[in-house]
Amino acid sequence: MTLFVRNGRGDSTVITGRVVAPAQGIDESLRIAVTDGVITAIEPGDSGSLVIAPAFVDPHVHLRTPGREDEETIRSGTEAAAAGGYCAILAMPNTDPVVDSAAVLGALVEEAHATALVPTGFMAAISKGQLGEELTEMADLAATGAAAFTDDGSPVVSAGLMRRALQYSGVTALRLALHCEEPSLSRGGHVHEGRVSAELGLGPYPSTAESVMVERDLALAESECRPLHLMHLSARESVEALDRALADGVPATAEVTPHHLVLTDEAVRSLDPNVKMNPPLRAPEDREALRDALRRGSVSCIATDHAPHARHEKDVPFEEAPFGVTGLETAFAALHTHLVEPGIVALETLIERMSSGPARAFGLDEPRIEVGARANLVVLDLAAEWTVTEDGFRSLSANSWLLGHTLRGRVVTTVADGRVVFAS
Amino acid sequence: MSELRLPPAPKRHLLSIADLDRADIERILDTAGSLAAALDREMKKLPTLRGRTVVNLFYESSTRTLASFELAAKRLSADTMSIRSAGSSVDKGESLKDTALTLAAYEPDVIVVRHPSIGAPQLVSRLTDAHVVNAGDGKHQHPTQALLDLYAMRDALGRLAGLRVAIVGDVLHSRVARSLVQALALVGGETVLVGPPTLVPRGLEALGCEVSHNIQAIVDADVVYVLRMQRERMGDAFVPSLREYTALYGITPARVRERQVVMHPGPMNRGVEIDPRVADSDAALVTDQVRAGLVVRMAVLYDVLTVAPVEASERVGVA
Repeated sequence: MTLFVRNGRGDSTVITGRVVAPAQGIDESLRIAVTDGVITAIEPGDSGSLVIAPAFVDPHVHLRTPGREDEETIRSGTEAAAAGGYCAILAMPNTDPVVDSAAVLGALVEEAHATALVPTGFMAAISKGQLGEELTEMADLAATGAAAFTDDGSPVVSAGLMRRALQYSGVTALRLALHCEEPSLSRGGHVHEGRVSAELGLGPYPSTAESVMVERDLALAESECRPLHLMHLSARESVEALDRALADGVPATAEVTPHHLVLTDEAVRSLDPNVKMNPPLRAPEDREALRDALRRGSVSCIATDHAPHARHEKDVPFEEAPFGVTGLETAFAALHTHLVEPGIVALETLIERMSSGPARAFGLDEPRIEVGARANLVVLDLAAEWTVTEDGFRSLSANSWLLGHTLRGRVVTTVADGRVVFAS
Repeated sequence: MSELRLPPAPKRHLLSIADLDRADIERILDTAGSLAAALDREMKKLPTLRGRTVVNLFYESSTRTLASFELAAKRLSADTMSIRSAGSSVDKGESLKDTALTLAAYEPDVIVVRHPSIGAPQLVSRLTDAHVVNAGDGKHQHPTQALLDLYAMRDALGRLAGLRVAIVGDVLHSRVARSLVQALALVGGETVLVGPPTLVPRGLEALGCEVSHNIQAIVDADVVYVLRMQRERMGDAFVPSLREYTALYGITPARVRERQVVMHPGPMNRGVEIDPRVADSDAALVTDQVRAGLVVRMAVLYDVLTVAPVEASERVGVA
């Protein structure tokens, strides 16, 4: 592979390698020319050890801005995204203040224009203050540039408000993204309800806390004929509900995180606060259902749910620790190591679910490898081994479940919207 | 060339019964037996841990556990001090991490930790060089309680293998029950958990015990182990009322058969989970348990300080 990219006008770049672009049906050795950020030629080329793929899109990132810039900023979060191979990310609105007004959203959009390394979209809240009581001014938020609506971090508890939100969001072209959790079932819960919670005595968070809400929201979406997106699915029962709804023609999409695809609740026996997340890690049969749904495509997106936390917040007993782990910089390597290399998920499936799948779900431009397209490319060295360490992150936080793990597969270069944003 | 340095040996802790195997348990109980005999025969104080420091770090109220750890350290001639969260810098908002690092600066040999949150002793063991003994963390583990219970059972009934123990009541919220189930499985005891379905978590059968929601299941037990019914659980509607709980699961004279012994980790709610006539009967081993607590905690302090760590590779299935 060769790569020379400068970001000036008239600059030209040539990249050669095994191109894997599932959405375009490409898997062959090619030579890609990029001029002024646009793919200008694709020709037969030498095969090399590197893989070139459409860059990734992460539909679920917590940038902690505004309010907790000690944990992440738009700049640090997008540097982490670039290092992870992402050409676009969507940020969650559960900040302080909540992104529930055009004023807060407008300031973020402006700041992202100035500081974001990769294109960043912002979701706005469904309810004011994410309190689940009154709808936000969705039309105003959409006009200001909202990417979608979500109360992520909290569920929309009231079925009535959820129905109104589905109906009213029709004034925009945006969809709702839902954190499905029935709080009266998850209250006091820290880990999946099952053998491990019973043995350790940790507060149980049963699968039904997610799946009854998934069932409710799919039923409402069906009756209102409105699309929705299910975030971070964790339970087999949720996948089954999604499959039934898709068979009935409900316009639903769904995402799954790397940690739910790789780990099970056995990991929490370590009582390491970096394996504590919401929804929790679940049983092997749940993980298998998620992997199967990912292969089949009923779950079409991989989302990191990158959730930075300050070190002192995680340096506490497991039970007191906040939910959430980082993931932008490790997602591809973790999934390549734990799903592709053992033959559980094909490389092209992984790339599709990290790139086109999330872009399609949110109506974003799909990263494409074709002449005339803006260059949104990731170059991957599948054989590179590396160890995840606390000082290796661009993110301001290091609460990764992979600390100390050795992974195979590394992002070498990321091109986002025609610019080289990461080169190792 | 620089000198090749071996990594420091792993510290022995007692964080969970899962840290032990059958031989460990038998050794600790035998040590406790020898200590009891020595205390009877000789003086009340042994020089065994002279020069060692034992710190008790207690973030939850406790009478018998704290008292017996303090006394156990003193009887072994260790220097000991107890830090309670109330009245310490914890009141001023100091984190567990900072408190642990502060205490570690005094280079204690053992830190005994009681904390309302699961994972607190694990955190202290990661942050300090001391041997850490878990004196109860949330609903997770209370390993020295399980060991003293085994000691009291063996003392009263002469054996542990094949012993049938019915654990009755609020298993869900009980670190005592979790520790005891695991410990009994290691020494070859049989366990049946008895309580309402809302208070016996599904999944514990995997540890090798039976589950019943009918009090009749205690009939063939050698030991009826009664758990404290925590009144604060009523708000969460685990049971509709204490009256109904007592009617269904209270241990009354009519429900205890001859030759059964009754145990309770304390503090008891007389008239709720245990009838006062049972609590005060000869069948009750409650004060034997308290006595066992002293010698077993002496044995645990001695054991973590003197027995070499087992190679990690020799341990299977340790959490």
